[in-house]
Amino acid sequence: MLSFFAVLIDGTIYASWLFLVAAGLTVIYGVMRILNMAHGSFYAIGAYTAASAIGWYFADGSGSAGMSFLILIGAALVAGLVVGLAVERGLLQFMYGRDEILMVIITYALLLILEDGMKLVFGVNPYFAYQPYTALGRSTIAGLKVSNYDLVLIGIAITVGVALWAWLERTNLGKILRAVIHDREVARAMGVNVRRMFTLTFLIGTTLGALAGALTAPSISVVPGIGVEVIVLAFAVVVVGGMGSIEGAAVGALLLGLSRAAAVHFAPQFELFVIYGVMSLVLAIRPQGLFGRTLARKI
Amino acid sequence: MKNAQSTTTRVAGRIAAGVAAAALASTMLAGVAQAAENGKFRVGIVTFLSGPAAGPFGIPSANAAKVIVEGLNKGALPAPYASKGINGAEIEAVIIDEAGGATKQVEEFRNLVQRQKVDAVVGYISSGDCLAIAPVAEELKALTVFYDCGTSRLFSEDTKPKYSFRTGLDAAVDNIGAARYLAATKPDITKIAGIQQNYAWGQDSWHDFTLAIAQTMPKVKVVENQMPKVFQGQYGAEISALSVKKPEVVHSSFWGGDMEAFVLQANARGLLDDATVVLTCGESALDRFKDQAPNGSIIGARGPFGAFAPKNALNDWFVKSYTDTYSMAPTYPATKMAQAILGLKAAAEKAGGGNGTVPTADAISDAFKGSTFESVAGTVKMDRADGHQAVQPISYGTYKYDPKTGKATIENVMTFSGDCVTPPDGTTSDAWIKAGFPGAKCN
Repeated sequence: MLSFFAVLIDGTIYASWLFLVAAGLTVIYGVMRILNMAHGSFYAIGAYTAASAIGWYFADGSGSAGMSFLILIGAALVAGLVVGLAVERGLLQFMYGRDEILMVIITYALLLILEDGMKLVFGVNPYFAYQPYTALGRSTIAGLKVSNYDLVLIGIAITVGVALWAWLERTNLGKILRAVIHDREVARAMGVNVRRMFTLTFLIGTTLGALAGALTAPSISVVPGIGVEVIVLAFAVVVVGGMGSIEGAAVGALLLGLSRAAAVHFAPQFELFVIYGVMSLVLAIRPQGLFGRTLARKI
Repeated sequence: MKNAQSTTTRVAGRIAAGVAAAALASTMLAGVAQAAENGKFRVGIVTFLSGPAAGPFGIPSANAAKVIVEGLNKGALPAPYASKGINGAEIEAVIIDEAGGATKQVEEFRNLVQRQKVDAVVGYISSGDCLAIAPVAEELKALTVFYDCGTSRLFSEDTKPKYSFRTGLDAAVDNIGAARYLAATKPDITKIAGIQQNYAWGQDSWHDFTLAIAQTMPKVKVVENQMPKVFQGQYGAEISALSVKKPEVVHSSFWGGDMEAFVLQANARGLLDDATVVLTCGESALDRFKDQAPNGSIIGARGPFGAFAPKNALNDWFVKSYTDTYSMAPTYPATKMAQAILGLKAAAEKAGGGNGTVPTADAISDAFKGSTFESVAGTVKMDRADGHQAVQPISYGTYKYDPKTGKATIENVMTFSGDCVTPPDGTTSDAWIKAGFPGAKCN
């Protein structure tokens, strides 16, 4: 019984993390049709910036948990907005309208450049910024000890998901964005500044990636290569949920999170395989993903 | 037409011959330049300078190589390494990155030996890289000293090595040592669990450890083992799966960021309140765990390295020089690199020559084989794999963090002699453990 409960808790926590990692990727693809391979780099930049800021804040041995959370979020905002703006203005704006495959190659090149850039800026030594993770303590739920930080992560993921949904569905800006998603030529003809929408979307996507990294940093050792590791998982979530769909990313993350937790508890030998097994199964039944829409190709 | 063809052929032939002659001449000139330049003893140093293994292992190793090479060139080391360089020749270190996989490393190795004309190569953390390089070293007759990789298959697959040596210990030694430490310090435990990275290193470590525990503590039951993907970083579900089985000891061969993340998360989740963690690579994060690793955690250093290194004049010099240069004490990968370079110097000088001469790879190999040399980690005997594999003691101890000073130390250290944890020649570690360690000489 405890194992079933543990699967539910562990699966939900892991799903929250997966959703935070994948949300930015799916937002960018949904609006811009760019499969952003460099998303993992924004995650890593967020993690490094947050870990550096937390290390600085706790350098003298004192500091409060509440303030450390503000620092995490602030670091993510700065990292995501500054680097995102530099990438969008300095590179991507010249590439809009190109073939989707070419954009994959361009963002892959960007991933490699940013990975080396991070080594230059942050070095290769691990960053250990655990204070916010341990400051919140832990709870015992039905006999299972759970880190309160992980429970907060579930709340943040739900908040991010609801905020993204409300923004897209309930605000004028969201309606304009949906118009761009639906048909960018018609939106442009109706007076929408599509390029400005692209810039805004890209910054939201990169900031979400950096936020995921910043919120993960306190529970891991931040080392070179962490961005490359998460990008594969983020793609799995986005593909299962349907590319470009926020609700799809949420359901996909939950499905993969619970499946993985169940495998870890009941059949650990399948743990490596289970995420890609579920992805293959979903794609075999619905090639467009759970919430993806099949679109007629324009000629 | 025939004449025209033949003229064309002749001209083409002359051009080809000219190009070939020019290429040969340039190669010879390069060789002469190389030889002239080589009043120096050139050593290729291969370790991770990028990727997840760089921070915990590769960079400390490269830093150690720089400290030792600089010290040797100045003649600053204590006896028996007080003479300058190697055989009086200045040492030149060519440091390259081990990242990129075995295929790339084979290319890099060939480049070091054939183009950069190094006199020896010291390196390799990854077992996959060691297994790929060893046969190439024999093919190229290139003296190669493996300083860290842990695979037990290195010399079992290449049964007649001449040019390959390993001055580090293999993974079976780590896990036999861990099992012996548990048997000596926690004889009453009954439930053990494990978490390992899911690749050869983790699988082999768990295999060796469980075999050894079955011999040293036959009443112990293995209740769980988790094998997450390497570099996964998030271990929530694995920690729950371990927790519900209520083990008294959790063994892990995790290293680098994975090890630090697991300890942090397991401690925060309360797993380590009830279970003692055994970290076979734990010493490499001694300065980073702070208060996140519980006091009493059992840590190892894959031999008598890093914080476990015995007190001697060589180690005192090394620790001081390294700390002065990098503002931190050397961890075990650094000690292992220092040991490998000192082993190379000892062998080259035993091969003779003096006055700045660089002995041939054959001469150094003959001198290295079966030798005994002094190192920053004590006396090293090249006493296994027909004189190509080092035998040394292995130490384990418990972690203790002092929040007042912010420093971590190791307590309750136990050291097991090399002959207590290393299988004799002619048997595999598997067979030796299953047979109950026949011939083991324990202190």
